[in-house]
Amino acid sequence: MARIGVFICWCGENIARTVDIEKATAEVAKIPGVRCAINYKYMCSDPGQAMVREKIQREKLQGVVVASCSPHMHLKTFRAAAKTAGLNPYLVEMANVREHCSWVHHDKEKATEKAIGLIRMTVGKVLRNRALDPIKVPLTKRALVIGGGVAGIQAALDIADAGCEVVLVEREPSIGGKMAGLSETFPTLDCSQCILTPRMVETGQHPNIKLYSYSEIESVEGFVGNFKVTIRKKARYIDIDKCTGCGECWTKCPSKKTPSEFDYGLANRTAIYMPFPQAVPARPVIDKDACIKFKTGKCGLCLKRCQAGAINFEDEDKLITEEVGAIVTAAGYQLYDIGKDQPNAKLSGYGEYGYGEYADVITSLQFERLSSASGPTSGEIKRPSDGETPKKVVFVSCVGSRDNAKGISYCSKICCMYTAKHTMLYKHKVHDGEAHVFYMDIRAGGKNYEEFVRRAIEQDGAIYHRGRVSKITRENGKLIVRGADTLVGEPVTIEADMVVLAAAMRPAVGVLELAQKLKLGYDEFGFLSESHPKLRPVETNTAGIYICGACQAPKDIPRPWRRRRRRRAKCW
Amino acid sequence: METLEKVDSAFAGTSVEACYQCGKCTGGCPVAGLMDLMPNQLVRLVQLGRLEKAMASTAIWHCVSCQTCTTRCPQSVDCAGILDVLRQMSAEQGKAAPELRRVLVFQKAFLDNIRRNGRLNEVELIGFFKTLAFLKDFNIPLLMKDTLLAPQLMQRGKLHVIGEKVRDRAVVRRIFDRCTKPGKGA
Repeated sequence: MARIGVFICWCGENIARTVDIEKATAEVAKIPGVRCAINYKYMCSDPGQAMVREKIQREKLQGVVVASCSPHMHLKTFRAAAKTAGLNPYLVEMANVREHCSWVHHDKEKATEKAIGLIRMTVGKVLRNRALDPIKVPLTKRALVIGGGVAGIQAALDIADAGCEVVLVEREPSIGGKMAGLSETFPTLDCSQCILTPRMVETGQHPNIKLYSYSEIESVEGFVGNFKVTIRKKARYIDIDKCTGCGECWTKCPSKKTPSEFDYGLANRTAIYMPFPQAVPARPVIDKDACIKFKTGKCGLCLKRCQAGAINFEDEDKLITEEVGAIVTAAGYQLYDIGKDQPNAKLSGYGEYGYGEYADVITSLQFERLSSASGPTSGEIKRPSDGETPKKVVFVSCVGSRDNAKGISYCSKICCMYTAKHTMLYKHKVHDGEAHVFYMDIRAGGKNYEEFVRRAIEQDGAIYHRGRVSKITRENGKLIVRGADTLVGEPVTIEADMVVLAAAMRPAVGVLELAQKLKLGYDEFGFLSESHPKLRPVETNTAGIYICGACQAPKDIPRPWRRRRRRRAKCW
Repeated sequence: METLEKVDSAFAGTSVEACYQCGKCTGGCPVAGLMDLMPNQLVRLVQLGRLEKAMASTAIWHCVSCQTCTTRCPQSVDCAGILDVLRQMSAEQGKAAPELRRVLVFQKAFLDNIRRNGRLNEVELIGFFKTLAFLKDFNIPLLMKDTLLAPQLMQRGKLHVIGEKVRDRAVVRRIFDRCTKPGKGA
């Protein structure tokens, strides 16, 4: 006769509320092969695990069934407990009477019956289980980091500093991501460049980091410890080993009318260009669609100018295979499209705000470029339409965020903080200017965050109106912003010179395709899913693949910085 | 205070519970400046079941049903629909101030006019409205209001003594019957 122990957990009230635990325990004890059946309020706690250990030893159990939550959550916990008590851990199985039973049912009688059935089946499974011994397989001690923004850079440096090789893949011509374009960062107002650029340089020069810029993930094969990754190195038309980054080419390029991606269209760039002066690698790239040589065959000025002979119009995409043991996804985010064009039918834009129609209605990232020392105005606040200094600026929060009608119900988390920062940056540069903010709630949870927002209001004199903006129109050169101040109970109309829209954070372009290649789960908005929000926040449900940064959920800069420690510990 | 269940059934389909008081309705309302309570405050009163206060407001009678609030609401709350219900309740229970009840008289005269002609006959509308309103409160200034404009309007061809009618008025009647049938909403 087999000797199987059944341990039924109440999970506080989670299971006990819907399943009659005492009845189930009594019924289960009658199943042939079951030596003992007991229940406890928190089976995963120390006294609970002690019960399991004690019963294994005293009753000489040959198998264990824990009826509690999902094996995903605690199978490891109970297998470890069984191991210490001398039982082969693979003789422990879990019956999921929480997610599969108590959480999804109301009828206590039927739920109890189902719980008994689930336990009976799991007992049947354990009866057929055999003791197993783990085997060891070789693993590649290299990691792949996807995305070279602040999260990816930090992940790569941490892993590299721990002595492992890192392959860092960035699809843009330079690493740095969104943060490279920011002006000053909350809550300290220190310059984004001073924090990020040294780390970019370190990444570019680190002996353990192999950087693939202007490259994308083509395909991923294999499993934890042994992934085979194919990387598409996009044609750059520049040999970055030969190129010295002297700038002869882009200063002479006659095609100068392409809107700069780095400046979010606030300035133009040439066809052969370096995304920004602090780029890593500090090498240019040719935009094939803008290049006159590619369009008409009649230019090649850069080729003539280049002393190093680094320009190659014949360059083609190359596929490279790398072997790695772990993958960290830091694919990042993009701003929600405020205008009418939307990527899918679920989303709709804000026609009423006139973004795209009025040049002086800009996004928060564009404002970052306007106030950045490396920006198109060298940090002077000048409005895009005529270069005048705006004397009245309206900042609108929650554009896209918390808006079910437009398709994004979540809070983007960072906008309250950066909007407060924007009012400060503006007031520090335009002393006689007025900064108005329309907000719904101020969400400033974080160390020194609330104090930062109060500073914007009390010391720098930002005027906060509690209400959403309904419409923005233009009359006589002014932007008429119609909103409300619900605290006064009145509509508010402001004649502004410039409007800054704090657009929602969405997962970066192509994250879904990447998730499919990596076989990762994602939520209804396209953010990548972690394995468990509390217990396994950086792991995914695919072993060996980790996530960090804003591809998981909207996050501010300090957050990935904190999480990196955990991630590094997890990789090896 | 009304019970929440009662509120729920009268305001079914308006998603009144979804309102999070952002104030976008008030921001976009063309007549908010005239209102004693803002649209977002009216929605809040309904959420709290404080219908008495909402029904007694002048704001519900200033609403021109332009639907801007409903169109732009980030929570898809039918704010204009909520004000509609409030007006109807207020009219049925006689909560509105006499001078505001005139709005109701106008609306009735307007609808009767359409029901009869299938199209709006302006002279007839003015005549009916003024007579009905006068019978309610014997207000002489209202009776005389804007009468001096008539010759000018006539001169410019803006006032047609004999209005147009649609040919098939049975269709109009059927539309009205269907709309006013109990249980189908007004």
